[in-house]
Amino acid sequence: MKKTSLPPELQASWEDIEGYARDYGLDFYPIIYEVLDYRTLYETAALGGFPTRYPHWRYGMEYDQLIKGHVWLGSTIYEMVINTNPSYAYLLEGNEMVTQKMVMAHVSGHVDFFKNNMWFAHTNRKMLDDMANHAARIQRIIDRYGYETVEDFIDICLSIDNLIDYHAPYIRRHDSQTPQPIVGEDAPDIVEGLKVDRAYMKDFINPPEFLEQQRKRMEDERAQQRHFPETAQKDVLLFLMNYAPLERWQHTILEIIRDEAYYFAPQGMTKILNEGWASFWHSKIMTKKALKDGELIDFADHHSGVVATHPGRLNPYKLGLELLRDVEERWNKGQFGKEYEECEDIAAKRTWDKQLGLGRDKLFEIRRMYNDVTFIDAFLTPEFCMEQKMFSFRYNRDTDLYEIASREFKEIKEKLLFRLTNFGQPFIYVQDGNYNNRGELYLRHRHEGVDLKIDYARDTLRNLQKLWSRPVHIETVVDEKKRLISFDGKDYGERKID
Amino acid sequence: MSIRRVERDLNRFRQIVRGRIKKDLRKYMSQGEMIGRQGRKYVSIPLPQIDLPQFRYGAKQGGGVGQGDGDVGDPIGRGDPQQGEGEAGSEPGQHVVEVDITLEELAQILGEELQLPNVEPRGKKNIVSKKDKYSGIRRVGPDALRHFKRTYREALKRQLMSGEYNSSDPIVVPIREDMRFRSWKETLMPEANAVIIYMMDVSGSMGTEQKELVRITAFWIETWLRSQYKEIDIRYIVHDAAAKEVDQDTFYHIREGGGTKISSAYKLCNKLIDERYSPDEWNVYPFHFSDGDNWGGGDTRECVELLRSQLLPKSNQFCYGQVRSLYGSGRFAHDLEEYLGKEESLVISEIADRDDVYDAIKDFLGKGK
Repeated sequence: MKKTSLPPELQASWEDIEGYARDYGLDFYPIIYEVLDYRTLYETAALGGFPTRYPHWRYGMEYDQLIKGHVWLGSTIYEMVINTNPSYAYLLEGNEMVTQKMVMAHVSGHVDFFKNNMWFAHTNRKMLDDMANHAARIQRIIDRYGYETVEDFIDICLSIDNLIDYHAPYIRRHDSQTPQPIVGEDAPDIVEGLKVDRAYMKDFINPPEFLEQQRKRMEDERAQQRHFPETAQKDVLLFLMNYAPLERWQHTILEIIRDEAYYFAPQGMTKILNEGWASFWHSKIMTKKALKDGELIDFADHHSGVVATHPGRLNPYKLGLELLRDVEERWNKGQFGKEYEECEDIAAKRTWDKQLGLGRDKLFEIRRMYNDVTFIDAFLTPEFCMEQKMFSFRYNRDTDLYEIASREFKEIKEKLLFRLTNFGQPFIYVQDGNYNNRGELYLRHRHEGVDLKIDYARDTLRNLQKLWSRPVHIETVVDEKKRLISFDGKDYGERKID
Repeated sequence: MSIRRVERDLNRFRQIVRGRIKKDLRKYMSQGEMIGRQGRKYVSIPLPQIDLPQFRYGAKQGGGVGQGDGDVGDPIGRGDPQQGEGEAGSEPGQHVVEVDITLEELAQILGEELQLPNVEPRGKKNIVSKKDKYSGIRRVGPDALRHFKRTYREALKRQLMSGEYNSSDPIVVPIREDMRFRSWKETLMPEANAVIIYMMDVSGSMGTEQKELVRITAFWIETWLRSQYKEIDIRYIVHDAAAKEVDQDTFYHIREGGGTKISSAYKLCNKLIDERYSPDEWNVYPFHFSDGDNWGGGDTRECVELLRSQLLPKSNQFCYGQVRSLYGSGRFAHDLEEYLGKEESLVISEIADRDDVYDAIKDFLGKGK
């Protein structure tokens, strides 16, 4: 990568900003800034912020769009920073000083978030090296098996790279990957019921229905143990890595793509909060400390660009920033808790101010513990929705237009959470790896009121079949009817199930 | 400088988009576009996107959350509203955006997209002319060139800095030092003139779709050549069994019938050059579009002869674009290839559908002649 060392003037500005940020209590990894010309900047952006990635056409597509957007629409990337230690952040050559300062302040917010937010705790901070290693490994595979073959396989993997378990890094799942030690072999087959000391109590303590129920449960458990996988698995990629008949190089590629998907996952989970946090701090640092009078107008110009809203779009910078400010104010004034919630005097609520000054502490707590879903769930209020003019929208078949569906708090919140949960992606599980007792793969879509895009689902099924090589099925709901869609390598099937 | 790492991916992507490789991916392609406004005309800049299949929700059922004014039931626009994803301002998105662009910018983008070399005009290479371009800002200048917005912006900045600004009485008055004026740069253009002579077969077999392909191709050719020359003349010839000169509007909309004698157009083209555009003074660019049907081998032989002895020597480059039609045999391109394939100043390109237009333009203009 073409490198320019930070010019003295920028270096001095950064030292100032770094000082202000640390004074405010931000705690970040060392940040290495690089000043890039716009082509290199967009190239790096197309590669997800990493200078070295494995070759794939989709990076070319991203680059094409970024460059065209820049040249034609004058759009610019405000900031780019990667979650590593030390962190790397990129500045666009030739930007005005005030823009660079704003970007640096913004970046310090992001890196603080990366370092301290618990959803990032498991991420690999040496990802720069790992990405380069991934690229080298895939390049070796390409040298050996040919570009086309490998690219086709990557396309297949990317077609399913959303089928991971985003929460797996944070909880201990029932792990059916490692064979369970065989216990209970000698366990009695008969159901004994509870221990009874006095014989005459026997029928009261262990009535026949109860014994029957116990027997049933034991049988179910046995059946469960024979099941494969024992419980439904959300990490479809892992399941395929373990059980699909893959060649070694295919296994390597699938593993790399799964790794990278998990690495980027927390950034997707905290988009609103992370951008809100960074915007909160760039605005605080700039307006309170770093801004010179003459720079005010340019700063206002840029800042308003960052938080601009368009109907039908939700700007994560804007939403996150406003909601954080709202929380800060509420906790400063004590507008929370039982007493406040139960107060029915609207006038009193509006002027409620206990002078608690807890706002800043609350914000730091949020940055440590929350992701977008929990943040919205806990802190979105009807007053906020109204003030921010939020609405939910839906598609109208008759007019072929999207239209405002509601301004009710409950509906807005529900819709917003739906879009954020699981990244707004459908929940898909491996239900059975030995369906029909013929080694067929059975996936289940947990339907939440919205159907799958059916042509894409069929093609994804086709890609899955290429990996699994036996027939694959997905259980889903189409137009309110339960359907099983299948692909056996040649033909699609679809049938009703109950 | 070494080739960018991402260029390889970009080329690969473009080849997929053009259907050269991995044809099965083309069904996941959406032909997004950005709409640029050029004067009164709208031009579309292709922004293709390939979306690999995944298990995901159907876009139209879900809906989402937005921000802004409006009552329940108010439409918020066509297209596909998306929740904010990615960096703000870095997402061209799939929706249509209107931008003002100048013809020069358009040509620049085209040149970059297709990696077109600059044209090296023939003849009078050393004579250059000056052209003024308003591109900068400076502190002095005539009032006529005063930049209103910049001036007031400077005034506001000054007042903020000096503490004069009063937010309850926000009156901004520029003083001498605040004034900003447009300034110009002189750019040097080779003093060379060029003429484009478009010829098109309008016999019965050329349908609306074929003419549309010709129109798009011609628009881009014109855009590019205009960026390369100071003055451009454009002449239009249509022909079936006989040829005649027409104006631009007629050229694209006329529908004739009957047979095809290509030689008639070539003769008229030759006559135009001889009468008006001496090759010593002019850079000559004849473009001929047809569906490849011609009236018998005799006429084709005559065309070849005309090209060899007259048109090719007089032209910078002679371009033949063959559009595919249901009725055309497409023979003419093969014949030209056979007899004149070795001629450097003849370029032949086949245009089957819209996706081929860019390749054709690259074929035509890629030599820098």
